[in-house]
Amino acid sequence: MSDFLIAIISTTGALFILLASIGLFRMPDFYLRVSVTTKAGSMGVGLILIASAIYFWDFGITTRALAIIFFLLITAPVSAHLLGRVAYLCKVRLWEKTISDDLEGKYDRKKLHLRGISEKESEEKSGFSQGE
Amino acid sequence: MEIEQYLTFGILPVLALALVFALYRFIKGPSVPDRIIALDLLITVSIGIMVIYSIITHQSTLLDIAMVLALIAFLGTLSFTFYLKQKNLEKHE
Repeated sequence: MSDFLIAIISTTGALFILLASIGLFRMPDFYLRVSVTTKAGSMGVGLILIASAIYFWDFGITTRALAIIFFLLITAPVSAHLLGRVAYLCKVRLWEKTISDDLEGKYDRKKLHLRGISEKESEEKSGFSQGE
Repeated sequence: MEIEQYLTFGILPVLALALVFALYRFIKGPSVPDRIIALDLLITVSIGIMVIYSIITHQSTLLDIAMVLALIAFLGTLSFTFYLKQKNLEKHE
């Protein structure tokens, strides 16, 4: 029974990891690759760690496996966000079929922070306030 | 003994295939962030391989190494992005 459970969970985890790396291989764009890899990868490793916790069935090892899962779930979104932000700053190309780029013109590339409104809008606004 | 054989001949080849795909992107990747994300996935897959190997060989000590490797992956991504950001800042000044 326990062997059956381990086989099912580890197979699912391995398939998730394989899907993540196929996504990394096939996706046309850096941002799509990030969005595929972080989610599917941490899901797959989490499932494999759960399988090892079931196999050993020991308090210390279960704690270790849960600590690794917790750590992966904490750090994966942080590193994905950092990578996406830095890639946008380095002007990594978007896919040519991308429909909309919400950040276009809203990043101050010299000071590296978000302006909130686009350059054209801010010029219009300041012109308007000066006119008054 | 059955589950160990299944893990050896069923799961480990799938993970090795995943490593090959990630390695292709690591070598070919058109930009530096592509390579960083491929390195991240390489380390994640190798954590999975390590855990499966610890089940096969009955050695739970390998889980500690998996934990250290997860920490190193996060720190590596953090420092690579910091380096890219600094490089980008210097280019504009």
